Amino acid sequence: MLHIKNGIVIDPKNGIDAEKMDIFVKNGKIVEESEVKGDVKVIDASNKLVVAGGFDMHAHIAGSKINVGREMRPEEMRTVRLVAGKFRASIGRVLLTSPAIGYEYAKMGYTSAFEAAQPPVGALHTHEELDAIPMIDKAALPVFGNWHFVLKYVAEKNWEKLRTFIAWAIERTKGFGVKVVNPGGVEAWMYGGNCKSLDDEVPGFGVTPREIITALIQETENLNLSHSVHLHCNNLGTPGNYETTIESMKLASKFSNDRRQVLHVTHVQFNAYSGSSWRDVGSGAAEIAKYVNSVDNITIDMGQPIFGHATAMTGDAPFQFTLHKLTGARWSNKDSEIEGGAGIVPIGYLPKNPIHALQWAIGLELGLLVDSDKVVLSTDYPNGGPFTEYPYIMAMLMSRKMREKELERVSPYVQKATGLAAIDREKTLFEVIQMTRSLPARVMGLDSKGHLGFGADADIAIYNFDPLTVDVTNDFETVYKVFKTSAYTIKGGEIIAMNGELVKEVWGRTFWVDATSKVEMEAIESDLDEMFSKYYSLERQNYGVEESWIKKPERLVMG
Amino acid sequence: MAEEVNIICTFCGSVCDDVQFDLEKFKGKKFCKLGSSKFSKKERIKAPMIDGKEVSYEEAIEKAAEILVNAKRPLLYGWASTVNEAIRLGVLLTEKVRGVYDQCASVCHAPGTLALIEEGVPGGSLGEIKNRADMVVFWGSNPMEAHPRHPVRYSVRAKGLLIKDRKDRKVVVVDVRKTKSANMADLFIQIKPGYDYPVLSALRAIIKGEEDAVPEEVGGVKKEQLKELAEMMKSAKYGAVLYGLGVTQSRGRDRNVENAIKLIQLLNRYTRWIIWPMRGHYNVVGAGEVPAWEAGYTYAIDFSRGYPRFSPGEFSANEILQRGDCDAALIIASDPAAHFPKVSVKHLKKIPVIQIDPFPNMTTLLSDVVIPSAVAGLEAEGTAYRMDGIPFRVKKIVDTEYWSDEKILELMLEKVNELQR
Repeated sequence: MLHIKNGIVIDPKNGIDAEKMDIFVKNGKIVEESEVKGDVKVIDASNKLVVAGGFDMHAHIAGSKINVGREMRPEEMRTVRLVAGKFRASIGRVLLTSPAIGYEYAKMGYTSAFEAAQPPVGALHTHEELDAIPMIDKAALPVFGNWHFVLKYVAEKNWEKLRTFIAWAIERTKGFGVKVVNPGGVEAWMYGGNCKSLDDEVPGFGVTPREIITALIQETENLNLSHSVHLHCNNLGTPGNYETTIESMKLASKFSNDRRQVLHVTHVQFNAYSGSSWRDVGSGAAEIAKYVNSVDNITIDMGQPIFGHATAMTGDAPFQFTLHKLTGARWSNKDSEIEGGAGIVPIGYLPKNPIHALQWAIGLELGLLVDSDKVVLSTDYPNGGPFTEYPYIMAMLMSRKMREKELERVSPYVQKATGLAAIDREKTLFEVIQMTRSLPARVMGLDSKGHLGFGADADIAIYNFDPLTVDVTNDFETVYKVFKTSAYTIKGGEIIAMNGELVKEVWGRTFWVDATSKVEMEAIESDLDEMFSKYYSLERQNYGVEESWIKKPERLVMG
Repeated sequence: MAEEVNIICTFCGSVCDDVQFDLEKFKGKKFCKLGSSKFSKKERIKAPMIDGKEVSYEEAIEKAAEILVNAKRPLLYGWASTVNEAIRLGVLLTEKVRGVYDQCASVCHAPGTLALIEEGVPGGSLGEIKNRADMVVFWGSNPMEAHPRHPVRYSVRAKGLLIKDRKDRKVVVVDVRKTKSANMADLFIQIKPGYDYPVLSALRAIIKGEEDAVPEEVGGVKKEQLKELAEMMKSAKYGAVLYGLGVTQSRGRDRNVENAIKLIQLLNRYTRWIIWPMRGHYNVVGAGEVPAWEAGYTYAIDFSRGYPRFSPGEFSANEILQRGDCDAALIIASDPAAHFPKVSVKHLKKIPVIQIDPFPNMTTLLSDVVIPSAVAGLEAEGTAYRMDGIPFRVKKIVDTEYWSDEKILELMLEKVNELQR
């Protein structure tokens, strides 16, 4: 049992903005004072900020992509963070080993992170790596947008089968929701092509990205899954693509859900370019922000680049090949039988490079211009860079002064190609806590996460920082430093890190979503048998992941 | 139980998951020769032994833990024929005792890893080859003898989405001799031993439109034939190069693979091509993947400083042994005494050796502690990665008195922790 005394609490979900309060913890949950009696550990949080543990809803932390990244880039592994002893050896610069991922999140006050793209046939690998990440809660989003079952059912307009297939697939992969990456475009890549617009036809199926996205939103809503469709748009990384992004967002307009958004568009920075070529590329962030702010059924995350090293890894295989041609860097590709593909290319963001500076500015524009209940803070780790630099993004959003200082060291191209310099807006600490805690939890549909109300998971971060006295706009260096390492990170009621040092190794849960009771599997039985025998290279009976193979599974039954 | 059950074969990197096993007759169905020999009654190590004397599992594991803890720098080698759960414990154990982790790839496909570090690898799953590949090139690989069911399941006779018939696919074998696999090919190209690199360079030049730079003959192959091959490759819709040890273990090694990858990068500017290694042991992929997520690297990993360092040619098993740079060894699921050079084995004979294996082999003869284990895929379950990285949970269908590798290593790690306390 814990008693966190006299802390200054910010808890956006419960409308608490920097109030002095006590928090009580029992059996891993936040409880009322009356429930905590006897042997209670008291943490003096006087003059300290108390918030819910951070929630990274979109990061590539487990599975074949990050692992090929590690294998391809041993130079990433030369940074030693921790020598083996009480804890595991922990290494990595931006790409980290599994133990290092858990440790670094914990040190920063983050207690949940979700893998954003799980190749379905490789689901077991993803879960093995999730199981190797200590400290945090986790989950994985299987990728749907190029899966032949989906393309076939969309072509047939057979919504019952599509719905049933989604439930089947999420159960088999022990996944959390419906991720869509460059719908149709990755199938086109198998023929050397791509789907750059919403109306490009997918070879062999006669369907378009527009139809795929709409159908997947429709059936995800019919199943009323915990999380909405999570979309990596078509045409990523191309000048002028902000229009495709807005067009994709408009496909959600006829759907609504009382609990949450019906479409989450991810790492939008990479899909927010105006212009017609790399010579006249500019920012489309203002237009995107205008659209997102005008509707109430869409959320986004930033995909903020951090200057320095990064590794591009996505299920968007044709984009990764384009990037390889553009930069001449190493290129790994993995075509995955009838499900899609992926690619991995090392990159780096240089402040003086006009394109990199532009990307950096666009990420910040999105963070600033989009309402704080609609934009989640992310780097799309490791695509935009390390998650360990989230405090940099938080500080930048809160301080115009810091932005002005940073603008001095970046390519002047951003001055003419983006509106960043002219943005006065400074997000408040309340808003930044919202963007890193309560909002991502709501986007994922997890009521027990991202807040400090009674019944919430006791995932808590305490920072050496008094929001009542620190001036976040002027004292941005303190803000940055303070959020890098928590004074306390509490996971499920246990203190796991203190002042940047690990205290205790714990193993979080893996959430997965079960919607199988909402469908009749009979509808797709014969299709499954047929597709497996014809097009897969493995038996249907050997496909998928059983719950008993996962270290600490937590099944969320969709009612 | 008089029944036939589906199992997943744990012999070669093809990891066939369509095979059946008759429990009553103790006999497999649909297996190739290699698989069925593994899945039949074979001589086993009878019991755990210390210095040739039979002991209990607990005693043998305790002794093994002592050896590892007392060693300054033990070598923990093998891993390619066990499951990921055991490999993970092996990496943790190596970290604990500050030893060296190395696995069979270091004498096999590791040059492919070095090429991956240089260039990345544009690849695909075996199902994509089955579905789409209208051209397959086996380069320095001999599936008919090393992966007997690979051609029929994935790469030659396999039918799928776009390939409806064997005639829809051109099969080419490039090798230094006419192998059994060459007999099934539409085109066999014999090159001189050690000439993979220049032949690949010539193909790149021709495809790039710089055929004038190519002499009349390269590596024993006529320019005309190279032009024919280049044209075939360029006009394929979806091609796959599947390379073997003929490429990684002949002159040029990792540079050969690198050059082949560059050829694939180039071909993707015209059409679609992938390249992939024909990995040998059933879970040699896992023996690299698991340490990659646990410790950042796939092989030749030294933990003597308390954190992982990677240096092939320095921390790989043969180099360590030949320098006399380890003072104990744990050998699991592998037989270095039979396959390593004499000079390596000489050092192995001098130091305390622990062996974990279901079957007796040459290494058993020089081991001080021998711990027999259950056969994964028959007597023990666990995760294994097919050569293309697709994960499978291999099955336990037979009860046994033998402990699994996982259980053995779990207790060994526990004992090491106790001794270090």
